[in-house]
Amino acid sequence: MKKSIASFLLGTALAVTTAGVAFAQDKSVKIGALSDQSGLYADLGGPGSTLAAQMAVDDSGLAAKGWKIDIISGDHQNKPDIGTAIARQWFDVEKVDVIVDVPNSGVALAVNNVVKEKNGVYINSGAATSDLTNAQCSPNTVHWTYDTYMLAHTTGQALVKAGGDSWFFLTADYAFGAALERDTTAVVTANGGKVVGGVKHPLNTPDFSSFLLQAQASKAKIIGLANAGGDTTNSIKQAAEFGIVKGGQKLAALLLFLTDVKAIGLETAQGLNFTETFYWDMNDQTRAFSKRFAAKMKNNAPPTMVQAGVYAGVRHYLKTLETLGGNPHDGVKVVEKMKSIPTEDDLFGKGEIQPNGRTIHNAYLFEVKKPSESKGPWDFYKLVGTVSGDQAFTPLSESKCALLKK
Amino acid sequence: MQALYAQLLVGLINGSFYALLSLGLAVIFGMLNIINFAHGALYMMGAFVAYFLLSLGGINYWWALLIAPVIVGIFGMILERTMLQWLTGLDHLYGLLLTFGIALIVQGVFQNYFGSSGLPYAIPDQLKGGMNLGFMFLPIYRGWVVIFSLVVCIATWFLIEKTRLGAYLRAATENPTLVRAFGINVPRMITLTYGLGVGLAALAGVLSAPINQVRPLMGADLIIVVFAVVVIGGMGSIMGSIITGFALGVIEGLTKYFYPEASNTVVFVLMVLVLLVKPTGLTGRAA
Repeated sequence: MKKSIASFLLGTALAVTTAGVAFAQDKSVKIGALSDQSGLYADLGGPGSTLAAQMAVDDSGLAAKGWKIDIISGDHQNKPDIGTAIARQWFDVEKVDVIVDVPNSGVALAVNNVVKEKNGVYINSGAATSDLTNAQCSPNTVHWTYDTYMLAHTTGQALVKAGGDSWFFLTADYAFGAALERDTTAVVTANGGKVVGGVKHPLNTPDFSSFLLQAQASKAKIIGLANAGGDTTNSIKQAAEFGIVKGGQKLAALLLFLTDVKAIGLETAQGLNFTETFYWDMNDQTRAFSKRFAAKMKNNAPPTMVQAGVYAGVRHYLKTLETLGGNPHDGVKVVEKMKSIPTEDDLFGKGEIQPNGRTIHNAYLFEVKKPSESKGPWDFYKLVGTVSGDQAFTPLSESKCALLKK
Repeated sequence: MQALYAQLLVGLINGSFYALLSLGLAVIFGMLNIINFAHGALYMMGAFVAYFLLSLGGINYWWALLIAPVIVGIFGMILERTMLQWLTGLDHLYGLLLTFGIALIVQGVFQNYFGSSGLPYAIPDQLKGGMNLGFMFLPIYRGWVVIFSLVVCIATWFLIEKTRLGAYLRAATENPTLVRAFGINVPRMITLTYGLGVGLAALAGVLSAPINQVRPLMGADLIIVVFAVVVIGGMGSIMGSIITGFALGVIEGLTKYFYPEASNTVVFVLMVLVLLVKPTGLTGRAA
């Protein structure tokens, strides 16, 4: 009996040692950049996100230290079934360690389950739904950049406080739109306003005139655009056509990206208020990064906040792996370590990852410049306010994330 | 009730685009027997040509209405000469696959260079602003789109159904050999017809540039609906496609009011119903 215990202990000790050695030696990482590569979200994520991930790998300097880091990319076409199929194939066949970006909340939530099941790492930058770190949080997930709660508590709150107490929503009819409308409605009612109506429109709608007429007829002071990308640009452009802003109603572009402003043109977009967590022209560091980024992009476009989030997320991930001394290929373990290290990078500044996976950093209220104020092809934003991370994102006390109950 | 009038009018505006596009498709199918899947891509090219004329050449919207269809029409005729003409007499499927491939290539090229979020194109100064109709605020530009496309549709119908040229065309479709015997250059006529159909698509593209974004996928989003319109109207029927185009715009508009979630499926539900009851389409005759 004693002998068997001894041999068992010896065996375990040996196993632990060899595992430790293998662990320390394994310096290979495979990153999968999963995004909408060709549809309405391709410009705000897409190939630019893959580039951002590549730049993060290059800037980490790990290659010189003997690490082997590969990046592959995939197109989820805004379809959850395609997104999950790619994710499964990546984990099972390609042996991917981490999936990054994934705009489109519907796809993002579906992929969230796959990553958890396969015990990978998930650094989401592109999706908006706050559910990723709330009701559907996962020990394998870090949500960078922004979410619907933050958008509601910055842009939404600012507009209600400025007197916009009645709202009508134009909502993209899928997980993202629903989450953004829900979170914004909560803010509006909490601040004494009311929601007088709304319509749900299909994703990727070219013509908004019917919906805009309903919004106009509602007489609401604020028309909340709970949509994104091409849907938002079309809504704004056509709202101008129907004289909605001139008629005294105000548009709330709850989610607006740099590429959207470019697409609408300053003439129509000027004066819009919205929130982002990154803008290329914030300080010397962001400008330096954006210059390097734009040089490698088609159209010399600077990064959007989603692409910046991919860069920062991958940098933090690689920093964590370096601290661990190797890649354990264990998602939960890596994400736990990621949460224990404060985040700091050139693009988002200092921050932290909360136990529910939410990255906390400053959010900025911007206003779109007038055409006369813009000095360059991408000079679009005026900073009008800063909201600190703890004010902008879901307080842990309000979060329903199961990870917090431990 | 007022809201309903407004929705009817808005539906008519969208219907104009459906009508113009399905008209071009009907002309091409009726005369060439080709299911032109590249139609959406050519519509998109029309919008892009208008954008380039303005941003690079300073040529305004009014000239673009004329020049863009001609440029894209010529591009279409080159396609017809170099590729489509070899498919004469083959199964429809080949034409469909070829044009679908062309559409994917054209869209891919534009997407590669211009991204997916699109480029802005302003409404011309003369058509800015709007009128208050009592029940709604009608942007002047949209009113212009309805009237202009109605005129173009009727002119095209007249050209094909009521003129000598149209008679030649229709005859050439029925019996090309016989028409050739009369000394008429049938292949050239077919090329010009394809050019005309493509020009109509490009014209619709220019018209839509100020309303929608000038985006590489603007045609891909629309073309499926337009095909449904053509199928409902009856393949190859000129008047059928015009009327169905406008009618479906209105029905879609009403759906956006009563049940917005279904607004991008209602056309297909109708298509299924029509096909079940009258497989040749509303105005089509059995072959």
